[in-house]
Amino acid sequence: MNQVLQLLLAGVAQGCVYALVALGFVLIYKATETVNFAQGDLMMLGGFFALTSSVILGWPYWATILFAVAAMAAVGMLIERLVLRPVLGQPAFTVVMITIGVGYVLRGVVTMVPGWGTETYTLPTPFSEGVFKIGEVIFAVQQVAVICMTAALCAALYLFFRFSRLGVAMQATSQNQLAAAYMGIPVRRVNMMIWGLSAGVAAFAGILLAPATFVHSNMGFIGLKAFPAAVVGGFGSVPGAIVGGLIIGLVESFAGRYLPEGFKDVAAYVVVLAVLMLRPSGIFGETAQKKV
Amino acid sequence: MRFLFKTDYAQDIRLFKHGGQVFWYGLLMALLLAAPFMVGEYVMSQLHFILIYSIVGLGLMLLVGFTGQVSLGHAAFLAVGAYTEALLQAKGVPVFISLPCAALFSAAVGLIVGLPALRLKGIYLAIATLAFNVIVEEVITRWEGLTGGNSGLHVKPVEIFGVKLDGDAGFFYLCLGLTVLCILALMNLLRSPTGRAFVAIRDSEISASCMGVNLAKYKTLSFAISAALTGIGGALYAHKVSFISPEQFTLLQSIELVTIVILGGVGFLHGAVLGAAFLIVLPQLISLAKDYLPANVGSSGLQAVVFGLVLIGFIIFEPLGLYGRWLKVRTWFELFPFYRRGMFRRQKSYMKSERLR
Amino acid sequence: MSFFRVENLGIHFGGVVAVDRVSFEVKRGEVYTIIGPNGAGKTTIFNLIGLIYPASTGQIFLEDKPLTGSVPHRIAQLGIARTFQNIELFEHATVLQNLLIGRHRHRAASLWQELLFTPAVRRAEIAAREAVEKVIDFLDLAKYRDSLVAGLPYGVRKVVELGRALATEPRLLLLDEPSSGLNPEETDDMAFWIEDIKRHLGVTVLMVEHDMNLVSRVSDRVLALNLGAVIAEGTPAEVQAHPKVIEAYLGKTA
Repeated sequence: MNQVLQLLLAGVAQGCVYALVALGFVLIYKATETVNFAQGDLMMLGGFFALTSSVILGWPYWATILFAVAAMAAVGMLIERLVLRPVLGQPAFTVVMITIGVGYVLRGVVTMVPGWGTETYTLPTPFSEGVFKIGEVIFAVQQVAVICMTAALCAALYLFFRFSRLGVAMQATSQNQLAAAYMGIPVRRVNMMIWGLSAGVAAFAGILLAPATFVHSNMGFIGLKAFPAAVVGGFGSVPGAIVGGLIIGLVESFAGRYLPEGFKDVAAYVVVLAVLMLRPSGIFGETAQKKV
Repeated sequence: MRFLFKTDYAQDIRLFKHGGQVFWYGLLMALLLAAPFMVGEYVMSQLHFILIYSIVGLGLMLLVGFTGQVSLGHAAFLAVGAYTEALLQAKGVPVFISLPCAALFSAAVGLIVGLPALRLKGIYLAIATLAFNVIVEEVITRWEGLTGGNSGLHVKPVEIFGVKLDGDAGFFYLCLGLTVLCILALMNLLRSPTGRAFVAIRDSEISASCMGVNLAKYKTLSFAISAALTGIGGALYAHKVSFISPEQFTLLQSIELVTIVILGGVGFLHGAVLGAAFLIVLPQLISLAKDYLPANVGSSGLQAVVFGLVLIGFIIFEPLGLYGRWLKVRTWFELFPFYRRGMFRRQKSYMKSERLR
Repeated sequence: MSFFRVENLGIHFGGVVAVDRVSFEVKRGEVYTIIGPNGAGKTTIFNLIGLIYPASTGQIFLEDKPLTGSVPHRIAQLGIARTFQNIELFEHATVLQNLLIGRHRHRAASLWQELLFTPAVRRAEIAAREAVEKVIDFLDLAKYRDSLVAGLPYGVRKVVELGRALATEPRLLLLDEPSSGLNPEETDDMAFWIEDIKRHLGVTVLMVEHDMNLVSRVSDRVLALNLGAVIAEGTPAEVQAHPKVIEAYLGKTA
C-alpha cells in the first residue's frame, strides 16, 4: 500500500511537470491554433535563465523564478513577433514546422553561449534535500513542492482567464482572426501576449523540472512527452492538459514499477494511441464538423 | 518565351510536355549515368545518400504534399524497410525478392498505421504517428533476438547474381534505377484517377466523398504507398550504411524527413529530390564554414542553429520551397521582360479555425 | 416504380428537430424544387440524402432501393451528384482537374495498371477528358480550363461546381441554391442551363432555391418547407399562392 502511495506521489509530481508543459501548448493552440513544438526548448531556456540568475548572479530562489519567467516571457513575445507573425494565415502544418525550426535554433544557440555550452548543471533549490514522513510513506519535499507550485500556478491562471478580457479575446482570435480584428481585438498583440504567457509557464516548468533532470541543452526533450499529455486531455482544453499530464505521469510511474524494462519510456505513447482510438479528439477535446 | 499549341488530349497526358523538357532531363540522365566516371569517391557517396533520401522524400511527398495527411513518424517505415532487408539478406534471400519484400512489409505496416488514422486529423494524426515511431523504435530495441537490439545489425553489400555491388558505381546505378522507377510510377499515379483522388482528399474531404472517392480506401492506400516507398529507401539505406541500429530511426530522423518535403517544396515531385539534395549538402557546407568561425560559434550547436534558421527562413520567405524558387526563376527567364513580381504571390489569408472541418 | 422517393425523413440535433418527417417523390426527368425560409431544413435534407448526416427517422429510395445505411461515396456511384451551398471545390487544383475528379466513379483500372499507365488507362484518361470537355462546352468554361480554382471569381466557381456535378453523369442532380451570389445575367444563364440539363441531358434535378423567379421559370413541381416540416406541395403557381406559404414568408395579418 505504501508503495502504491509512493508511486502515486511520484506520478503526480512528474505529471505536474508534463501538465505545465502541456498547458503551454494548449494556451498557444487555443489562441492561434498553432502547435508549438519548441515548448520543451523554451522550458530548457527558462532553466538556463534560472541557472544564470541563481548560480552566476547568486540571487535567491524566488527572485530566480521571477527573473526566469519574465525573461522567458520576453523571449516568447520576441519569437512571436519575429518568426510567427510573418507566417500568419499559413496552414497549420507549416507553422508547426516553423516552431520545430525555432526549437533547433534554441538548442543550438544555448550550446554556443559562453558559460552554458553543452555541460550539465545543477540548479540549487530550497527543496533539493529533505524528506518527511507521514505514517510509513516517505514524501520528498521536492515532489510536494512541485505539486503545490503547479496547483498555485493553475489557480492563478484560472483567475486570470476568468476575470480578464484576455481570455475571451483569445477564444475569438482562435476561431476567426479576421472577425476578431473587426471587433476591435488587437489580434497580433493578443497573440504576442499569449506566446509570452506560454513561454513564462514553460520557464516555470523548467525550474520545477531542473532538480530531477538537471539543466542541459537537451532537457527540452521531456517536452515531447507533454505532447501525448496534451493530446490525451484533448488539444485545446486547459483542464484537459492538466488531466492529461497527470494521467501520463501516473502511467509512467506505475509502468516503471510493475512492467518490464523499457515500457516506462513508451508508456506515454501507448496511452495516447489508445485514447485516440477510442476518442479521436482526446478526453475533453472537440472537433466540430464543417457545415456544408 | 515558349508557346505550347495543343492539338490533342494526349499532349496533356504526356509526361514530357515539350521537347525542351526531353532535352534537359535527357542531359541530366546522361550526366548521372556518366557520374561514376567523372567524380570522386566522396561525391559518389553523397550521391548515394541523395538518391536514397529522394526515394523516401517521394514517399513522404505523396502522403503530405498530395494527400494532405501528416506524418511525424516516417522513420519507423524507414526502420521497417531497413531491418526487413537486413534480416532477409542474412538468410540468403536474393535482393530481387528481399527488396520488394521490404517494400511490401512496409506497406503492410503503413496500412496498420493508416487504418486508425482515418478518424484522426491534424495535430492528433501528427501525435499518433509520432507515438507510432517511438513505439516501433522501442520494439526494435527490445526484440533483441530478432533485431540485435541496441547492438544493431550488420548488413552486407547488395549481391546480384553473385556480383557484389560494394563499389560505388554498381550501388549508384541500382539506386538511380530505383529512383527513376519510383518517380515514373508516382507520375503515372498522379495523372490517373487515383492521384486525382488523393489531391481531392487534400483539398476537401467532404466533397471528395460526395464525388465518389472512398475516403477510407484512398487514405490508407496513400499511407501504404508512402510507406512502401520509404521502405525501399530504408532497404537501400541499410546497405549503404552497412550497420543499422534503433537510434538511427528516432523522431529527429522523422523530422528531418519532413524537412525534405518542406524545403523542397510541398506538392511538387521535384521537391522531394531537391529537398533530399539540400539536406545532404547542408551539413557539408556547415562543416566547411566551421573553419572560418570563432571556436565558440563553431561548436556542435552550429548545425542545429543553421538547420533551424534555414527551415524558418524557407517557411517565411519561400513557402513554395526550392522548387518554387526554381519555378519563379524559370518563369522570370521565360517571360522576360514581362515577369511581374506578384505572379506567384499567394492571396493573404487570415487564419480560420481548422477545428471546424 | 418511383424514381426517387423520400419517406418520413427526419433528423434532430439534440432537442432541435431540423427535419420533421418529410416525405416527397421526384418523378424521373422533372425539376423539383424545395423552397422555404432560412432555417427550414432544406440543406439539411440534402445532407441527409447525401448521407453526410445519419437520419434519425425515415428512408430514402432511389428506384425503390433504400439508400440509408450506406456511405457518402456510394451515393455518387449510384448516380446522385450534388453541389454545395458554400462551394466545396478543390482550391489548389485547376478547373479541369476538378471536373476530372467528377469522373471518378467511372474509373475502371486497378492500382497496378495505373502505376504502369497501361494503354487501357491511357484510353480511359482520354475518354474521361472527352466527357469533361463536353461539360466545359456546355457551361462555357473553356477559358478557365487551366486556371487554379483559388483565383477565380465567385460566379465562375459556382459554375465549376455545377460542372463537376455534371461530369459525374448523374441520374439525379442535387443543386443547393444554384443562384445564390449570382447577378441577374448569371442567374439567367443558370436558368438556361437547368432547362438544358432537363431537356437535353435527361437528368432529373432536385433543387433548393430562394429566387422565386428562377423557381417559377424552371420548376415542374415545388415543395415548401417551414421549420423542418412540409407545408405545401404542387406547381410553382399553386405553392406561391398557398396561404401557409405566404404566412411562413411574410407572416399573418394581425
